[in-house]
Amino acid sequence: MVDIPYEGIPGIPPAEVPDVELYHPRSWWTRYVFSQDAKVIAIQYSLTATAIGLVALVLSWLMRLQLGFPGTFSFIDANQYLQFITMHGMIMVIYLLTALFLGGFGNYLIPLMVGARDMVFPYVNMLSYWVYLLAVLVLASTFFVPGGPTGAGWTLYPPQAILSGTPGQDWGIILMMSSLILFIIGFTMGGLNYVVTVLQARTRGMTLMRLPLTVWGIFTATVMALLAFPALFVASVMLLLDRLLGTSFFMPSLVEMGTLSKYGGGSPLLFQHLFWFFGHPEVYIVALPAFGIVSDLISTHARKNIFGYRMMVWAIVAIGALSFIVWAHHMYVSGMFPQFGYFFATTTLIIAIPTAIKVYNWVLTLWRGDIHLTVPMLFALGFIITFVNGGLTGLFLGNVVVDVPLSDTMFVVAHFHMVMGVAPIMVVLGAIYHWYPKITGRMLNQALGKFHFWVTFLGAYLIFFPMHYLGLLGVPRRYFELGDAAFIPSSAHSLNAFISVVALTVGFSQMVFLFNLAWSLFKGEASGGNPWRATTLEWQTPETPPGHGNWGKELPVVYRWAYDYSVPGAAEDFIPQNQPPHATQRVQGAAS
Amino acid sequence: MSAIILFLAVLAVIAGWWLSQQRLTAKPWLEEGPIGDFPGGDAMTWPAAKVGLGVFLAVASTLFVLFISAYSMRMSVVDWRPLPIPRLLWVNTGVLVLSSVALQWSYVAARRDDAEGVMIGLLAGGASAVIFLAGQLLAWQRLGAAGYFVASNPANSFFYLLTAVHGLHLTGGLVALGRTSAKMWRGAEIADMRLSVELCAIYWHFLLLVWLVLLGLLTGWTDDFVNICRQLLS
Repeated sequence: MVDIPYEGIPGIPPAEVPDVELYHPRSWWTRYVFSQDAKVIAIQYSLTATAIGLVALVLSWLMRLQLGFPGTFSFIDANQYLQFITMHGMIMVIYLLTALFLGGFGNYLIPLMVGARDMVFPYVNMLSYWVYLLAVLVLASTFFVPGGPTGAGWTLYPPQAILSGTPGQDWGIILMMSSLILFIIGFTMGGLNYVVTVLQARTRGMTLMRLPLTVWGIFTATVMALLAFPALFVASVMLLLDRLLGTSFFMPSLVEMGTLSKYGGGSPLLFQHLFWFFGHPEVYIVALPAFGIVSDLISTHARKNIFGYRMMVWAIVAIGALSFIVWAHHMYVSGMFPQFGYFFATTTLIIAIPTAIKVYNWVLTLWRGDIHLTVPMLFALGFIITFVNGGLTGLFLGNVVVDVPLSDTMFVVAHFHMVMGVAPIMVVLGAIYHWYPKITGRMLNQALGKFHFWVTFLGAYLIFFPMHYLGLLGVPRRYFELGDAAFIPSSAHSLNAFISVVALTVGFSQMVFLFNLAWSLFKGEASGGNPWRATTLEWQTPETPPGHGNWGKELPVVYRWAYDYSVPGAAEDFIPQNQPPHATQRVQGAAS
Repeated sequence: MSAIILFLAVLAVIAGWWLSQQRLTAKPWLEEGPIGDFPGGDAMTWPAAKVGLGVFLAVASTLFVLFISAYSMRMSVVDWRPLPIPRLLWVNTGVLVLSSVALQWSYVAARRDDAEGVMIGLLAGGASAVIFLAGQLLAWQRLGAAGYFVASNPANSFFYLLTAVHGLHLTGGLVALGRTSAKMWRGAEIADMRLSVELCAIYWHFLLLVWLVLLGLLTGWTDDFVNICRQLLS
């Protein structure tokens, strides 16, 4: 029973990898900078994404200053406000969340969780990060070029995106397109790695149905991203050609500044189709890794197996597939054929079914669990609440008749910040508190963590909940100033000021978190290899932080699924995935 | 957008077929024990590089199909004036077919452990691919000389765009082909090179197929088919 000869069975990797096959860093440069080790690349991705994300956070403060106290800050003019909006949205959605979930968590967790020594194509993986960094630098450079960054809105709709009158028409829009093209090339390199590693490099015994849901989430999201990002690529290339060479892919004939422009015949609607063919799957590219990670956090910290594992896997796959046929619900007001709207409203509402299954399963996992209110668990609970909230307003907006009056109001802003802003960020933060001990060998400070959670969670509600109300009043989004519109009562203005004060407070409180990250790196309590007493493979590495090649001489062998928590009869309340059945200690007197 | 939806439906069928082999209905909480007891769910027997190329080809196909979707949508606007396809393209197509044949030859030679045949195939394939690219540039030049500029009509814009994207993919392939040839040249064991040669050949056949589809689109042969596709969803 102990030693089953696996060698020679096709498709099962050998226990020992010959030394030459592993990549070996030879100098400081190749160990920490041009590293091909997925763990180092993961940290590089995360730090870069966090750095550019902080820029986007500051931009949101500037927007809130203007919205809360219009006319007070002379250094913000209308053009800059549009630039802040554009860059905040683009950075947060693509350069922060996508890069962090797939490039950061994907790189760190996939090889460890499937029991591999590294990604299958380490060199391509390294290139992926450097192309991503280049994309970020090109994006950041737009703050310093003449005319500044583009102010076209993160959706970059033509014709306004490339016409004069939109800020950043000279350089901003060109560099934005170039940066997106680079990002997609870099992501494709990384994405190939994540997919093929899950397919080909799983250790012995790691069947697909024994994978932790984190890996399922990241894997499915990566497949979706590989198929959805080409649409953004096509749209970016064609818009770039419209801007640079004067082609008319998207640009209709129009009069610009009193003269007839060189463009003619192009279809702005075509851009919207391409953009949202990427844009809607993008929501789930961010959400699916979050779904996966939160499942593992809840199961581990409630000491209970995930409820309905199979259903969770099927729901992830179903959401991934369905998300490709709902894109036009972002285009109800574009003047498209009405029956299209009916079709897309139906598919949009159907997606609520697998999503609701996931929410019920999380709640049922908690039911009668041995819930430890650790910081990761708090963030996971915060995620469920905000996600349900944002998901419900999504049902409103998915219906054409409700969406049309609410379109372009603060209601939409509140909806997508709840569902794909706050909710995934809750998971990111929870995941960092959860895996920081594995990455550094030290625990993050609990007290600071709890303070961080409550300020962030309550603050997010104080910011975004009132925005729904503003939206129902008809307060438009993207406006620099509201002026004296009769339908906007003065209470709306004071509410805006209130939101701004809270937003600044919550924003600054994130500094507590950054301080915690830095302080705990040196002064944190030593964590040991498995502080959360978790079952998945990354907690069973011989060294913490995991060394080069992740595992010792032999790869782990997997004997069970990822959720053997509180198994009846077992002495411990968790059984690691690589623990053979005969090694499990039983409670005295229990049937074996 | 109907072209991309049809294409994704095909991909979904393939993915669904693969998933159906993976015992997704297993109850993992009941299956404690070593793998031998529970069949299915192992890694594929293909080498990782081949799976990687397969995934990449799916991504590249998505890209081309999206361009084709955009093409078919933009085509229906009244200002579309198809441009005359230079005859040179037929010569280029022939050269690209030769290139593909040469790489297939190389792959067959690799399976027979014929190092010389592999080398000849790789060099012939690479050389004819370079000739194809040069021919494409020449076709651009002739079109430009005849007054068909990139911005003068959307049909022209798409012609230049699609040929450029295809050419860039072929250029990327030439890098891989160059590395493979260099390794062969330095006398690598043929058994170690078999996979690289096979992957090059697969990529070349893929680009030939893409080119034939694009050619059909650009010459207007597939207009009827495009129309049918367009009517499917509208």
